[in-house]
Amino acid sequence: MAAVDADKYAALSVESADVRPQETAWQRVRRNLSVRIGGAVLVLLLAIAALAPWLGTVDPTMFDAGSRDLAPGVRGEMLTLEGEVIQHKFHFGSDSLGRDIYSRVIYGTRVSLFVGVVAALVSLLIGVFCGLTAGYLRWVDGILMRVMDGIMAIPAILIAIALVAMWRASLVTVIIAIAIPEIPRVARLVRSLVLTIREEPYVEAAISLGTPTWKIMLGHILPNTIAPLVVMGTFIAASAILIEAILSFLGVGLPPDIPTWGNIMAEGRIAFVQFPHNIFIPGIFLTITVLAVNILGDGLRDTLDPKMAKRI
Amino acid sequence: MSDADTPVLEVRNLTVALPQDGDRRNAVSGVSFTVKRGEIVCLVGESGSGKSVIAQAIMGLLPKTLPVASGEVLLEGEDVTKVPTERLRQLRCASMSMIFQEPMTALNPVMTCGEQIDEVLREHTALSPAERRAKTIDIFTEVALPDPERIVGSYPHQLSGGQRQRIMIAMALVLEPALLIADEPTTALDVTTQAQILELVRDLQRRHGMGVLFITHDFGVVADIAHRVAVLRLGTLVEMGDKNTVLKNPQHEYTIMLIGAVPTLKPHGRAVPADAPLVLETRQLAKTYSDRGWFSRRGEVHAADDVTLEIRRGQTLGIVGESGSGKSTVARCIVRLIDPTRGEIRIHGEDIARKPMRALREVRRKVQIVFQDPYRSLNPRRTVGEAIIEGPLNYGLPRAEALERARKLMELVRMDPAVLERYPHQFSGGQRQRICIARALAMEPELLVADEAVSALDVSVQAQVLALLEEIRERFNLAMLFITHDLRVAAQVCDRVAVMSKGKVVEYGEANEVFLRPSHEYTKALFAAAPGRDFVFGAG
Repeated sequence: MAAVDADKYAALSVESADVRPQETAWQRVRRNLSVRIGGAVLVLLLAIAALAPWLGTVDPTMFDAGSRDLAPGVRGEMLTLEGEVIQHKFHFGSDSLGRDIYSRVIYGTRVSLFVGVVAALVSLLIGVFCGLTAGYLRWVDGILMRVMDGIMAIPAILIAIALVAMWRASLVTVIIAIAIPEIPRVARLVRSLVLTIREEPYVEAAISLGTPTWKIMLGHILPNTIAPLVVMGTFIAASAILIEAILSFLGVGLPPDIPTWGNIMAEGRIAFVQFPHNIFIPGIFLTITVLAVNILGDGLRDTLDPKMAKRI
Repeated sequence: MSDADTPVLEVRNLTVALPQDGDRRNAVSGVSFTVKRGEIVCLVGESGSGKSVIAQAIMGLLPKTLPVASGEVLLEGEDVTKVPTERLRQLRCASMSMIFQEPMTALNPVMTCGEQIDEVLREHTALSPAERRAKTIDIFTEVALPDPERIVGSYPHQLSGGQRQRIMIAMALVLEPALLIADEPTTALDVTTQAQILELVRDLQRRHGMGVLFITHDFGVVADIAHRVAVLRLGTLVEMGDKNTVLKNPQHEYTIMLIGAVPTLKPHGRAVPADAPLVLETRQLAKTYSDRGWFSRRGEVHAADDVTLEIRRGQTLGIVGESGSGKSTVARCIVRLIDPTRGEIRIHGEDIARKPMRALREVRRKVQIVFQDPYRSLNPRRTVGEAIIEGPLNYGLPRAEALERARKLMELVRMDPAVLERYPHQFSGGQRQRICIARALAMEPELLVADEAVSALDVSVQAQVLALLEEIRERFNLAMLFITHDLRVAAQVCDRVAVMSKGKVVEYGEANEVFLRPSHEYTKALFAAAPGRDFVFGAG
């Protein structure tokens, strides 16, 4: 028999027993400049949101009829609900109700970041569930994806207006209104990923190892969709922050007393010509935030999944 | 300048640097060789040996990350590493041409074949449109394309793989270059097509007196086509010489090892007791893919039809065939990754062809499969250990015991049990294939299906994995179903062979019989096409 001694070749052949060290994905991510810049700006914004009460702010809903329409940097007085009069410097001026724009912008960071993160998580969670099911269980695919097509056909703003009309404006309504139109996009991405991953030999190997379907979906397929999902999540977060501002600006978002960047801009619209800073300052914050999230997303995409760029 | 003695190509001390974080300093270091007029020089090496880098350096196609660090590449006396881009553009196609491995991606899918040749002619000659068309048809006739008039107007996707490669060759040769570089031009082709293309290259080379630099990893191809051979290892030229000298009397230990690892086409002729229990029987197994429209069936493809085979314990059955012959379909039906349309699959006499997926649990552990592509057979997000114990855990083995079994199996497949915690990307192709074998063995199967399990591996690694499979089959008295397109591999491992073509088994019998006295026309054609079939390697 033409037996070949396996060890005879081991020493000479190109592959040797040593195991090749390789840079992990995490190391690559940390080295990426876009990730660093976007991440740093976001950390700063998170810090602002978390430390809002200690950044020289006053209650953002408090208004003082005597300090209406002040220019940025003007010192003035504010009458609290307890009847106390406090001296306050209006860094960014005040609006037509006499509220401190600086405090409102700082507190607005909280709302924006919260809406962005939660809306992204909600749409990812539901979208992943739908996409996994549609991609792996073929008989649900047709029905589920037609439902998704249906949702995609409705303009996002219409959904938001309908929901606000039904349930009154609140944080939950806004988040749901933002998340719903994103779900079909996540579901489509996950479905397409599942359709390719399920043909991979390692999934077939798992089938022949007797692994139950649900374990294959959660243990083999889902982990391999994470990288593109993280990237998609950042882009959803960026658009959610923007949409929240748009909805508030149009008056179908959060109630006007809650300080959000969109609300501040909506309020500032009336006196835009005299007091353009009412719109510019929250606008700048909004732009920086969305830009930072997008830069982070770009960096993550480049490092985690270079193929992603073609997929969306 | 172009007298008969000047070599067409002279590579002098070529060194191409790798980027800083590469696994070695230079992709190619200090390589020198010549290609004379009317000569075919084969550049042989395993993956990562730098053979394609040399080809790219000659064509001036190296990416910016791989600069030529030193040395000269003289094309008819002109150093192409130093000429300006414009001159290089003139030289390409006119003086040197290249054909690639994958003819589909090398051709533009939205241009007809005629237009693609026409583009070359328009760029490099002053011929009129009518003359260009005549020349295109001439060259298509020369590369033996059927019906050249029609092919001029055909798109690449309308042609077969072999025809596309002929178009590539036509495009490369239309300006009659002095040097043709062929980078693994037949690797993606079936063996019979490969034989035709090799014949064509040899024929054209003789007729035009070109120098050919032929890059390959296949010693069978080398034996068929080469005049001289250069062996590369990790970017250095270890041996260069006349074909017969290098293949029959290699000097360098690496060449000796490589040539020793080439499987022979002679069957091993091991006797298997005929009364060993039957592990697998298939009866009239068929798989039909039907292209169903909304209201009617539009077309049917019989991927496998009327396949009746059997394997006894301790026996290896090979299924040999070209791509599209249905050999993998049969394997996937037997493992029940796809549902057969008709027929029976008996494992120890029990028919599993109709069993619903849920009822297959007990059968699954008896039948295991090793796939072709070692880079996709392991989940990149799971450690090797997790992969190996997945099966046993599914069948209720406690984790500690499963891990213990995994450790033993790693030793069995000659790997360090300590690497169980690593991820697949840290291993080479051969190592991964060993891990896949360990994963299959963890189920203690009775039938092991190897679906082209060694086809993606370099020849030296292939020899190791084949030896391992052989050892395992013997040790556990396994029944093995070995699917391959490579006749040499089949001859080495199989006791019985089934030859498949277009979904049907055309010849089935003892390996000795089939290999030494093939009776079916197709089998004969297949064997006749095997590269280097009459060549005796490493006589020493």
